[in-house]
Order: sequence, then structure tokens, then C-alpha cells
Amino acid sequence: MPMADLIAWLAQTFALVRKEILALVKDPANRTILFAPALMQALLFGYGATYDLTHVPYAVVDQSQGAASTELLARLDGTGVFRRETTLASNAQIGDLIDSGKVLLAISIPSDFEHRLTVGDTAPIQIILDGRNSSTAGAAAGQIGAIVADYGRSLGGSPPITVERRAWYNPNLESRWTLMPAMIAALSFLQTLLLSALSVAREREQGTFDQLLVTPLNPMQILIGKAIPSILVGLIQSTIILLIIRFWFQIPMNGSYWLLYLGLVTFTAAGVGIGMSISALSLTMQQAMLYTFLLVMPLMLLSGMLTPVRNMPQILQLLTYVNPLRFGIDMVRRIYLEGAVFADVALDFIPMLAVAAITLPLAAWLFRNRLA
Amino acid sequence: MSSASGFHRRLLALTRKEVRQLLRDKSNLFVGLLLPLALILLFGYGLSFDVKDAPVAIVLEDRSPAAQEAVAGIGGSPYLVPVAAANMDEAVRLIRAHKVEAIVRVPVDFSQRRAAGDARIQLIVNGADSTTASAIEGYVNGGIQTASRHIMDRSGSGSGGGITLVQRTWFNEAGVSTWYLVPGLLVLVMTLIGAFLTSLLIAREWERGTLESLFVTPVRPLELVLSKLAPYVVIGAIDMVMCLLAARFLFEVPIRGSLIVIIFASLLYLIVALLLGLFISGTTRNQFAASQMALLASFMPAMMLSGFVFDLRNVPLVIQIVSQLLPATHFMELVKSLFLAGTIWPMVLKNCAILAAYGVLLAFVTGRTLRKRLD
Repeated sequence: MPMADLIAWLAQTFALVRKEILALVKDPANRTILFAPALMQALLFGYGATYDLTHVPYAVVDQSQGAASTELLARLDGTGVFRRETTLASNAQIGDLIDSGKVLLAISIPSDFEHRLTVGDTAPIQIILDGRNSSTAGAAAGQIGAIVADYGRSLGGSPPITVERRAWYNPNLESRWTLMPAMIAALSFLQTLLLSALSVAREREQGTFDQLLVTPLNPMQILIGKAIPSILVGLIQSTIILLIIRFWFQIPMNGSYWLLYLGLVTFTAAGVGIGMSISALSLTMQQAMLYTFLLVMPLMLLSGMLTPVRNMPQILQLLTYVNPLRFGIDMVRRIYLEGAVFADVALDFIPMLAVAAITLPLAAWLFRNRLA
Repeated sequence: MSSASGFHRRLLALTRKEVRQLLRDKSNLFVGLLLPLALILLFGYGLSFDVKDAPVAIVLEDRSPAAQEAVAGIGGSPYLVPVAAANMDEAVRLIRAHKVEAIVRVPVDFSQRRAAGDARIQLIVNGADSTTASAIEGYVNGGIQTASRHIMDRSGSGSGGGITLVQRTWFNEAGVSTWYLVPGLLVLVMTLIGAFLTSLLIAREWERGTLESLFVTPVRPLELVLSKLAPYVVIGAIDMVMCLLAARFLFEVPIRGSLIVIIFASLLYLIVALLLGLFISGTTRNQFAASQMALLASFMPAMMLSGFVFDLRNVPLVIQIVSQLLPATHFMELVKSLFLAGTIWPMVLKNCAILAAYGVLLAFVTGRTLRKRLD
């Protein structure tokens, strides 16, 4: 008899899951809105989200006009990154060019540059940077510093210690390699959260949820029926992004796909759990959407996607422990880039599982207990 | 004359209805005012590209005083925290467990090679976070070069010459990332407010059939658009003031441009953002699709493609074209310059004109989605 009960329970749940999936994908507009954006965003952000300098227009005021300054500027132009837009006669002309954004920086070489170098004095060069984007300014200054130091070494003033840098997991330190694996988690998170948040709220607004509650289905079954389609959509979106990263951008995958998907299922379940709780609390789709937006921004900003969690103040770092996106991104990056094994990322699973284990039953409980 | 007064009367009546609806379901108002507050705090305190106290494993395979002196500079850096590791195996374990961000290894033959004038130190960074890795590389290099200069000066072998770089960063002298992130906050808040407050307004009426009942009244599409816009412009304006106050007084970001121009540009962009939400609402006619579209069209593009953190100079041409199509990009350029550089009139006029054009265009196409037609 208990066996028969279980089979009936599973059959009921399965019927609901089937109905929910059909309701979702039968509408062509839904299919487009759920799967096309993942593809488009992965491509757009793959090319657009980069901290790597590729084009730095600059202006030069070369009052020295000697062999040394010419050689130094030639080295700068030889990088392919720095493009000399214009040569100015005096420092006074720099202001307008930087203000209007025509150049990112200006290099000013004083007239006694050559002379100072030959007599063995310190020869200063001035660079003026547009600091409106301090990251770009910092990176450009760093590269010029390296080129100047390199040139200085070639003149014979070699420092006694050389630092040889090697970057693991991302040999050329390309920012795309850092950002794109994070997208596997982040992009699907946004849409699945909203999808699950709207699921029950829509039925509440249309009045069909009461009908669902008087069926033989218990809240746990309704929860499973509503959660599984959202989790599947999330996993499909993640897969689309994963394929683009792997085969279009050709970022090598160093870990196990099994482990990656185990992590993604956990992560998506936690996200859907939050969404379902929002949904169970909302009376209308408008409310569900508002609460989702309210949560999504902080969750994104505190995820370590754009700026590392380590740079945040202690109290905000503590807050990130309830943010599944933080651990989802960390987990994907580690498995994808660092080839992490289960023991390495086990700690990432705990907060995600905890969020899922609290929010999913909470949502089921709220189905019956928030009947307003 | 009578048609003009009819316009005012209908507009007023519709606006009154929208205001009542806004006030009745408090969640709209609540989120509209709370979200910017949360974002202000997160932006000012939570987001930072400035690496501090990054743990770095130090492996001294050569324990000579010279080797210790060479890496001493790392401990002196305010950005790095040295962590002693007994050997490479331990250091590798630490970097894999993310207990350290980088490894500095002084090889066994360091002293020997130094005598020969070719001393080498190995630095291994975790490239999985490329920004932090680059920053750490810079700081480690700096620390070691300082130490090596000291050694040189003492031994008297230094040539004293060489080229030095005198660096001046305009607009953000200290290079604090908060200064460029906080003005961007204004863009994100306006974008979000616009998208989520208005994107369901028309779709909801289509779903419930109330819009069709409006067709039999003398109400015209433009009046509907304006009445749905008005209450939310007020919420957006309050948010704008909160952002400006926080930027100026909480985070002490300078406002070097004209405050009036900033307010004018923000209101202009706010209207564009609200109209974009209404347009999405009017074309989808379905709350589910409208909210997904609003999420996709507002938040991520404004964050990733508007030049907020990623400099548009570095992206391929196709992406530059896409970002130039986003109203957020033009507003971003405006606020960054108005806050940090000053009022650069040609740029202000160009971008304001583009935003105004977007406003007119969106008002027109949104009105078209409301034409009295049954299908």
C-alpha cells in the first residue's frame, strides 16, 4: 500500500511538472524570451565586458626631439595598443584633448630629456591621464611604466633583481577568462529568479492558484511542479552560455563537467528557492517583479562578478554568505578555470544547499499560509 | 479651445487615477524608494577595485639575508600581506584553496645569481581573477624594485640615472574607484526605476481588459502615456536627489560640473527610461514577457555595455555600435564628465540632444502601441 501511495504521489507530481513545462514552452514568445537572450548576452558581454586595453589614443608633447625620445615613443607605438593621435607643440593644448575624450593620456617629454640621460641624471617624463575611468587610467599607466622601465634597462641601468611573472589558469591574464565563466551562473540566475518569482504570483493574480490548492496535490507537490521547470530553464541557459564560452570564445575547460553540473543544479535550486519564496509572498505579478528587482541588484553587486568580494568591508562580506550567486560564481570559476575537484569546492556547496533547504520548504509553507 | 481644456481635464483625471493606484499598492512606492537607498550604500561601500591586504605566500628556498631583504618590501606594502610558506608544495596548496592570491618564490640559486648580476624572483598569480592578479603583480614588482634600489644604493653600484615617470591623473587624482563608480550609480538607479516601475503598467491593463474599455472613452493615446509617466517621474526625482546627496556628502565625490545641468540631464534620462518601460509594456501586452524584457533591457546592458566599468574604448566596433544605441551610454558619458571633469558644453549638448531625441521617439512609438484597435 505505501508503495502504491508513492507511485500515485509521483504520478501526480509528474503530471503537474509536465503541465507546467508545456505551459511554459508552448508559447513561442516565451521560448524566445527564455532562450534567445542567454545566447545574445553571452556574445555581447563576451566581447564587450573587458578590462584589457586594446586601444589607447594618446597625444605627445616632445620638446626633446632626440633619438632617445623617438626610440621610446616608437616602442610605445609598437605595442599596437597605444595609438599616437596627435603631436602637440605645448602642454597647454593637452587640456582640450583630454576633456573631450579624444585622447586617454598625454606624454610630455621635456627639452632636457636627452641631455639628462647622457650625463647620467634622472630624466623625468610626465604623463597626464584621464581619470574618469580610474581602472583604464591605472592600467595604461602601468603599461607605460613597464615599457619605460624596459627601455631604461636597455640603456644599461639594469635593476639587480628581475621578477618573472607566471599566471596560472589564465596565462595572458585576459579579463574575458575571468568574466565569462561567471556569466554561466550570473546570466541564468537573473532570468530564472524572475521566472520562478512570477510562477505562483501569476496564478494568484489570475485566481487559478486557489483552484490548484483544492486539488489532491499537497503544497510540496505544487512546489516541485513549479520549481522543476524553472530549474530546467536555468540549466539550459547555463548550457547555452557554457557552449559559447567553450567553443566560440575557446576558453579551455579544466574541470569535470559532472562536477560543474552538480554545482549548477545546486546553485539553480537555491536561486529558484528564493524566487519561489518571493512568489509565494506576492499577490500580483507587479509585486513579484518589484521584489525580484529589489533583490537582484544587491545579489549581483555582492557576488564578486565585477569587483572581488575580498575588497568589500567585513560586514558586507558576511552578508554575501546568504548570496547563492557569490558561491555559484566562485564554484564555476574554480571548476572551469582552475580544474578544481570536489574537495576544493565543497565549501561552496554548503551555503547554496542551506539557501535551497530553507527557501524551498518556506515557499511550500507560504502557499497555504498566505491566502490573502 | 474646448479640445485643449478636454485634454487637461482628461490628463488630470487619468493622472489622479494612476497616483491612487500607485499609493494603494504600497509595494511600488516602497521598492521605488528603498532600492536606490540600498544601491547607494552598496555602491559606496561594497564595490571597489582597490585591492587591499591581499595575502601573498612567500617561499624562501634561499634563506640568505639578501633573499629576505629582497622580499621585505612586500611586507611594507599596504596592499599585500605576506604569508610564510615552508616550501612550494605548501604554497601551491594555499593558492588552490584560495588562502593566498599569489606566490612569491625566491629560488635556491638567488644569492649565487645575484653575485653574477642576474638575480631572479618568481611570481605566480592566480589568473582566475585577472584584475586582482594584475594589481598584485604591480604591487609585488613595486615592493621588490624598492628593495633592490636600496640594496643598490648601499653597495654604491647604482648608476643613479635612468628614466622616471611622473604620473598625474586628472579628474581623479588619487585613482579611487569609488569616484567613478558612484556617478555611474545615478545611471543604474534611473535605468532600474524606469524599467521596473513602468514596464507592467500597460501590459497589466491589456491582460485585464481595462484598456479596451478605455477605447470607448474620449481618452487619447498621448494622454494615457503622459498620465502613466507623471507619478513615476516624481518617484524618480526623489531617487535622483538621494543619489546626488549621497554622492556629494556620504562618498565625497566632487561635483565639478554644473549641478543644474546634472539635474536637467538626469530628469531627461529618467523620462527616457520610464518611456522605455512603457514601450516594453505596450509592445508585449503581457506582464510575464514585459517583466522579462524589462530585466533584460535595463539592468545588464546598463551595467555591462554603457561604459560603467568596462571602458568602451577597448571593445570591438560592433559592440561600440550596440552601446551607442543604448540611451544609458550617453547618460553615463554625461554624468562621469559632469561629476569629475566639469561642464564640457559640446559633450553636454550632444548627449542631451540624443537623449531628447530618444524621449520623443519613445513617446511616439509608445503612443502608437495604444492606438484604438482591437485584434
